[in-house]
Amino acid sequence: MSCSNQDTDLEEEYIPVPFSLKVPELFQQKLIDPLIPNNNPLTEEGVALGRKLFFDKKLSGNNTQACATCHKPQNSFTDDTRFSDGIEGVFGVRNSMPLINLAWNFSDRFAWDGKELGLERQALEPVINPIEMHNNWNNVVTRLEQDPEYPILFSRAFGTTSIDSTLVAKAIAQFERILISGNSKFDQYLLGNATLSLQELNGFAVFMDEEKGDCFHCHGSDNNPLWTDNKFHNNGLDANFNDLGLGTVTGDPNDNGKFRSPTLRNLTFSAPYMHDGRFATLEEVINHYSEGLQFSPTIDPLMKKVSQGGVQLSAEEKIALKAFLLTLTDFEFINNPDFRD
Amino acid sequence: MKKKILAIICFSIVITSCSEDKDIILNPVAITLNFNHSWNGTEITNADFGQLKFTNENDQMLSIERLRYVVSEVSLTHESGEVTVLNDYNLVDLTNNEGMSFRTSEGILPGEYSAVTFRFGLKRADNTDGAYPDLNTANFNVPAPLGGGYHFMQFDGKYINTASAEAPFNYHVISAIDPTNINDAVDTSFTLNVGRVTVGSNTNITIQMEVSEWFKNPNIWDLNEYDINLMGNYDVQLLMNQNGSSVFDLVSITQ
Repeated sequence: MSCSNQDTDLEEEYIPVPFSLKVPELFQQKLIDPLIPNNNPLTEEGVALGRKLFFDKKLSGNNTQACATCHKPQNSFTDDTRFSDGIEGVFGVRNSMPLINLAWNFSDRFAWDGKELGLERQALEPVINPIEMHNNWNNVVTRLEQDPEYPILFSRAFGTTSIDSTLVAKAIAQFERILISGNSKFDQYLLGNATLSLQELNGFAVFMDEEKGDCFHCHGSDNNPLWTDNKFHNNGLDANFNDLGLGTVTGDPNDNGKFRSPTLRNLTFSAPYMHDGRFATLEEVINHYSEGLQFSPTIDPLMKKVSQGGVQLSAEEKIALKAFLLTLTDFEFINNPDFRD
Repeated sequence: MKKKILAIICFSIVITSCSEDKDIILNPVAITLNFNHSWNGTEITNADFGQLKFTNENDQMLSIERLRYVVSEVSLTHESGEVTVLNDYNLVDLTNNEGMSFRTSEGILPGEYSAVTFRFGLKRADNTDGAYPDLNTANFNVPAPLGGGYHFMQFDGKYINTASAEAPFNYHVISAIDPTNINDAVDTSFTLNVGRVTVGSNTNITIQMEVSEWFKNPNIWDLNEYDINLMGNYDVQLLMNQNGSSVFDLVSITQ
């Protein structure tokens, strides 16, 4: 009896171990510190719990889908299909967004349209979305409480066996914050540990040339290794919108057709591209910016040559630009066992 | 800077220790700078963005869709001539309503100062490529072939061109670099003297950027001629620099 009490006391007193975030060297040099909320610090136990939940199909109504179903690790945590289907076979209208370096999104607006304010809130939504996991939180909590492992895991991570949606979301958010990609060939080039081919260097020059690709204004640079500004832009996909993007969230017509810039890391794995996955290949993406721009009232002024259809890259420049973009591929990230089930 | 802070601290100690009966405790205080924006004297906010509601001196209708810029070296000059820098730099981002008001990172003793100054942009010695993590994170960098460092201002919008169509403009101010000789940059940042100031315990200085001046004085700006790809245009950068000199005005100093 007394031994049992002692065990309970020990469990109640368990203090989670702070998680040591592995921030890449370039990030340390070039970026401000990642955003970790004070009310959800990273812990070993919280991250481990979040990982288990991320891959657990118990979160879906019929136990067939997990977060990882649409955010596949091998695809840089996005889906390899244009749209993702939910547990009842109903497809959404957007390509799932890659989950990379989310702790450096300082606007704290997530998803393509910015509707999710904070990772913790974002993690709540797919579970109850009728065309995604189509569950309700009472069901999820009951399942987790009845599971032989989860109560102790929650106790270790958060000091309570009383599971609720907030703690589930906190754990998943902790796991998502450790999904850091910062070890591509280009990263190693910047650190002096790798060389680029002439074609890759030419592609980088196109990327950084205001009069050529002019990609750097929205997609980072050698000084911004996120390869995104995490801001919202109308990049000239459509003259008329069937998806208002940020405009749906803010209600401001000036935001219609604007979507968050995705990172350019790991494009090798994250096709198809754009918020609706309309482009199957990188060639199609580059062609869009080169000659496929459509004017609309909210098109970003940085789409400067819209009257000519785009920046009019030569065939050689397009090939070089693609070669450069592929240097942002991070195989270590894709194969990291810490990010797998 | 450290020497100046040390001097201020020592000065405080001397003043507080010279008389037991009449302790005058002077501690360094930070000041607050606020940046407002106007078009022909009418205040503008980001709620005015995205609308072709402005007309420049060249009679061209235009919209503002992005406006952010760096101010640096907020400094106070004492009557003795000693200059104290209170803030390294700050990104003012009207687009997202961020950085419009900030307290200086360093303090200064209350009293009379003959001038408060700040710099638009970063002086050449401080405009170091990739040196500032917050500006890197904000994606404010300038590519190395254009001299590296940072934008001084990113001002984007659309205007009605000669074909009566909406066309984009990117009025981006950077160090003026002759692309054929990037080591020969002209420092197009500039300082502005706001005037005398009495620093008290809660000093607020409000500055206004009259945005229309970027298109007006002394160079009347024809967006049909200068709209995009201006970063690498050495001559245009010099024109921007000239127009910038009349852009900022003091609105108020309150205590």
